Amino acid sequence: MGLLDKEFSDGNIVIAKVDDLFNWARLSSIWQLGFGLACCAIEMMATSASHYDFDRFGVIPRNTPRQADAIIISGTVTLKMALRIKRLYEQMPDPKYIISMGSCANCGGPYWEHGYHVLKGVDRVIPVDVYVPGCPPRPEALLEGLLKLQEKIRNESLRKKSA
Amino acid sequence: MKNTEEIFELLKKEFGDAVLQIDKETPTEPIIFVDPLKINVVGEFLRVSEELKFDSLMCLSGVDDANGTKVKDEAGLDTIQGGTLSVYYHLYSTTLNHKINLKVSAQREDPKVESVENIWKCADWHEREAFDMYGIIFLNHPDLRRILMPYDWEAGYPLRKDYKNPEFYQGMKVPY
Repeated sequence: MGLLDKEFSDGNIVIAKVDDLFNWARLSSIWQLGFGLACCAIEMMATSASHYDFDRFGVIPRNTPRQADAIIISGTVTLKMALRIKRLYEQMPDPKYIISMGSCANCGGPYWEHGYHVLKGVDRVIPVDVYVPGCPPRPEALLEGLLKLQEKIRNESLRKKSA
Repeated sequence: MKNTEEIFELLKKEFGDAVLQIDKETPTEPIIFVDPLKINVVGEFLRVSEELKFDSLMCLSGVDDANGTKVKDEAGLDTIQGGTLSVYYHLYSTTLNHKINLKVSAQREDPKVESVENIWKCADWHEREAFDMYGIIFLNHPDLRRILMPYDWEAGYPLRKDYKNPEFYQGMKVPY
């Protein structure tokens, strides 16, 4: 007798809801697809570098879509690139998340009227979770976008996917 | 080192009718007008001639002169008929330190210009860009494909003044 008591008293067991555990795991290590498009990508790289340190939120670039959790659309999406982005997105495993970074990816930005080659918002080809405004957004803004995404993941449930 | 007028005289003596005229009234630098189907021979001479030695093509750009007549098509949209499309060449001699500008104009309905790719290698992509944006056909170009727009872009040449953007491309809505 008392076998289970001994196991528990060691303090090596944590009891949690499956939802909470999964969400915690997912939001704590969002591996982003190593992928940049325009000047926003420079800010994204600055966010990854030591000064702003994306890694403290568990975000590291992963250079294959098949092992990435999130894709940050950092820059102008041309019509030619939109087809490639869609293909990259489709190669990512579920659950997958999208941060649209900057005015161009959100709505076409300065190219909204005369940009014959620009897709007016990446949400026309793939579903976006978080929009980060700015031209380009400062690293702080991208960090807040990530925190918003984490917030979103934290409230997900296995029973129904919200993102 | 020679100025544009001296070079024009030299070219006129060498090629006669292939070199059309010189425009000295431009606010920037004078321009020499050349026959679009002779630009390759003129270019070859400019490059190899001992007293010219234009070894660098700094820039090659297409221009829609939009000097034709505007007419409404069936949909009521403006299109341009007649007039010319032009190509500008900015040349520089690194050894003799002189520059000239050349211009060739081709008919809008049939814009054919000889390629200078075999004279200045860098003209390859410049000419592809001029073809992509204005639809200027460069004769004897080794690989005249679109360079910036998608290969399957069927809506025409975006920098022409009467260009109309399509509603959809590959199922994606294009206008805002």
